[in-house]
Amino acid sequence: MTDPRIPVTEDELHAYVDNELPAERRGDVEAWLSAHPDDAERVRSWREMAEALHARYDSVADEPVPQRLSIDRLAQQPRKWMYGAIAATLLAFVAGGGAGWLARGAAASPSMFQNFTVDALDAHRLYVVEVRHPVEVPGSERAHLQQWLTKRCGWDVRAPELGATGLKLVGGRLLPGPTGPASFLMYESASGERFTIYTSRASAETTQMLYARQDNDGALFWADKGVGYVVSGSSDRDRLTQVARLVYDQTEKTGG
Amino acid sequence: MTAFRESVEAMIPALRRYARALTRDADSADDLVQDTLVRALRSERLFLGGDVRSWLYTILTNLNKNRRRSLARRPQFMPLLDNNADASGTEAEGRDIARALATLVEEQRSVLLLVMLEGLSYREVADIQGVPIGTVMSRLARARAHVKAVLEGERPALRRVK
Repeated sequence: MTDPRIPVTEDELHAYVDNELPAERRGDVEAWLSAHPDDAERVRSWREMAEALHARYDSVADEPVPQRLSIDRLAQQPRKWMYGAIAATLLAFVAGGGAGWLARGAAASPSMFQNFTVDALDAHRLYVVEVRHPVEVPGSERAHLQQWLTKRCGWDVRAPELGATGLKLVGGRLLPGPTGPASFLMYESASGERFTIYTSRASAETTQMLYARQDNDGALFWADKGVGYVVSGSSDRDRLTQVARLVYDQTEKTGG
Repeated sequence: MTAFRESVEAMIPALRRYARALTRDADSADDLVQDTLVRALRSERLFLGGDVRSWLYTILTNLNKNRRRSLARRPQFMPLLDNNADASGTEAEGRDIARALATLVEEQRSVLLLVMLEGLSYREVADIQGVPIGTVMSRLARARAHVKAVLEGERPALRRVK
């Protein structure tokens, strides 16, 4: 039993209003309130506050659920944009002489594709808009950047030369990836167009290249020797392919 | 439909209400609910029983934290006049409360709404926010005091304007 002579605390007043007070203490609080008008007024104001909240927002819960929140739809298409895009493998690579590698691997499982591309595109969208701090280590310290990322990630991280496509290394940063660290490199053209290369440990050894698109951003994804690569940038697939091709060729040579 | 999906679906109206009060913007709120549902469905196999309701509020609360972080780099579009038609009978009061909510810091707004609007227990809110119950109670007390002060300070001012 609690002692009614023990003064009621502020915490108890809140707990009383929120039905969190032990039943045996409720009577004490009620007795306290009838003797303390200031506290009674506060309790009353909290109850009014709750009523105002319900009056303002309960109608939202009564609205019909918008179609885009339909559970069947969301369950069928976890990310609509991705599955539409998954089919779009890169024929350009076959035509362009990269035919050998394309046929090598098994198709990426959707979950792997999803984790990678979602994380990489999120990072891309987050950092390409950065003006002052897009990277942790600037491209002028290329050797240090590669050394640092290689050491932290555990695979050979090389910043490819993309000058042939008009892109210059801005720099890079270390990010948390789906299964451990991820490296993130950013490139920029003279006109300010930005591309990023995201790599992280992949569950699949080797996969074919896949294309995904979200709003104005596009991404090409593949895995090679247990490392997943996502090249994100313009949603123009030809331009993206041109860049990704160069990245692929160079990581292939250095043993990515 | 699996039992899991059914229990997620049953929560959508309440999640929308919570998200609307949290963000005070209908579109952002539904974006938040959609992301919450997508994440929940994606993790269906990882969900090893327990309270789906708390779990969904946790996802939504965390996503909102991330969203606010990324909003810092973008201009935020807010309606200039809060003329929402969905405010019911106590319309004026409803608008006051929305404005008062806007002045709360994030953690306090979340506690206030989870307890007062969504009816969660202190224990559940502590788990959702990953803090001790004592912290929940002090956040709640501060939030209530703040909202009370805003509402009381605002009413006479509004009357003058009208």
